[in-house]
Amino acid sequence: MSDKFKFAMYWAGSCGGCEIAVLEIKDKILEVDANYDVVFWPAAADFKYKDVEGYDDGFIDVCLFNGCIRNSENEYVANLLRKKSKVLVAFGACATMGGIPGLANEATAQELKDLVYRDNPSVDNPDGVYPQETWTVPEGELDLPHLYDTVKTLAQTVDVDYFMPGCPPEAHQIGTVLDVVTAALKGEVALPPKGAVIGVAPKTCCDECERVKEEKKIAGFRRIWEFVPDKEQCLLEQGIVCMGPATRAGCGSRCTKVGMACRGCYGAPEGVVDQGAKMLSTLASIVDAPTPEEIAEIAATLPDPVGTFYRFGLADSLLRRAKV
Amino acid sequence: MTAGVEKENRVSDQFEPRLIGFLCRWCSYNGADLAGTSRMKYPPNLVPIKTNCSGRVDPTHIFKAFAEGADGVLIAGCHPGDCHYINGNYRTAGRFPLMQKMLEQLGMEHGRVRLEWVSAAEGDKFARVVTEFTEEIRALGPLAWKTQTAAELSESGRAASDRVEEAVPA
Repeated sequence: MSDKFKFAMYWAGSCGGCEIAVLEIKDKILEVDANYDVVFWPAAADFKYKDVEGYDDGFIDVCLFNGCIRNSENEYVANLLRKKSKVLVAFGACATMGGIPGLANEATAQELKDLVYRDNPSVDNPDGVYPQETWTVPEGELDLPHLYDTVKTLAQTVDVDYFMPGCPPEAHQIGTVLDVVTAALKGEVALPPKGAVIGVAPKTCCDECERVKEEKKIAGFRRIWEFVPDKEQCLLEQGIVCMGPATRAGCGSRCTKVGMACRGCYGAPEGVVDQGAKMLSTLASIVDAPTPEEIAEIAATLPDPVGTFYRFGLADSLLRRAKV
Repeated sequence: MTAGVEKENRVSDQFEPRLIGFLCRWCSYNGADLAGTSRMKYPPNLVPIKTNCSGRVDPTHIFKAFAEGADGVLIAGCHPGDCHYINGNYRTAGRFPLMQKMLEQLGMEHGRVRLEWVSAAEGDKFARVVTEFTEEIRALGPLAWKTQTAAELSESGRAASDRVEEAVPA
């Protein structure tokens, strides 16, 4: 193998969007190719776990790890790649804070299986067949990874060097981060301090959003199918639940530019412990009514606060999951 | 106060709830003071924390209290209209039902978090609220949020790193 730097990317509990996002850096991918050998990337190249197990410790220079940890296979590979990588990056919302799959922490593994294989109205499963973790066939025993009750972030599983949030991380941010990492590996610049959140901007999504913001007071919540939102005014001021105030900047507020409310995929801004708690605090504070009772009544009309405020961050929140 | 609770735990098998109270400094904290100086009796289970305003009590504080072992959390502030900062307690009132809904979605029983308006003159109300709250939480039993989520996490984590050791020869 050449003396290029070694690059790995892995998907654990994820949708594959992060892999697409890396290709979205377009012709910059040629620079990646010029500087790196891909030594493991299941979505793009044919390497097996056995190959990785055979590498020396620290053989991989940079590993972008996307996806949450929700089964024994995710967890095994997270531990394996930690051992084999010099720099391990939690890449994307799922690896940094659980992401959409983290919402499974509202239920147990058994409840999920019951819903998917038995209770969903579209399910036709008269014999009650459920997936089995092991199954014996004439050729031997087959097995599937064990599904855990609790979805975990990468940092709750292994030691992580850098965090790069986003669902998926924006291409221009990925490009910048790769430039910095390449320059650092060549010894031209220093790597950021361990534990840093990279590929982001320092403030909140509202700071990047170009909509006109005035005093935030709302008389109730509205959804975008109920009316045509004004093109200029802050979405939150129009009663649309927009996660901007409790979300880290870095995406260039792409969603609010096209009239979609921020969903919070860049996670909590600097200094905020719990994104959902902060958003709850913000939202309830701007409800405007003459008495506390009326304010409480309006606030209570939001149908799914956990799913809305922790859309991407339940696994990384203070409470982490529902009571078992 | 904590030592007192532990001592009581040793002499009886009764569950002693650990309660956190966020009390606004202008009304409810003084109400608690009045209960004390008036020698009113109420259970020692509540650890009071003085905040500038009930509106300063971020849901983060409450979630952290539960995550770190509280069985119940009380938020007490000035009566509506009496807020030292004009409308801080209106914000508290707006957050409370959403937070309650959120906690219930996460499987927590309805009564574990409680909001009360207690003025500086209402030492008797403070004593009554703490007494009621302690008994209600005692009836609900321990919450033990940390242990019930931590057990599975640490167990699976150990197993995976062991498997890497096995698969990768030293």
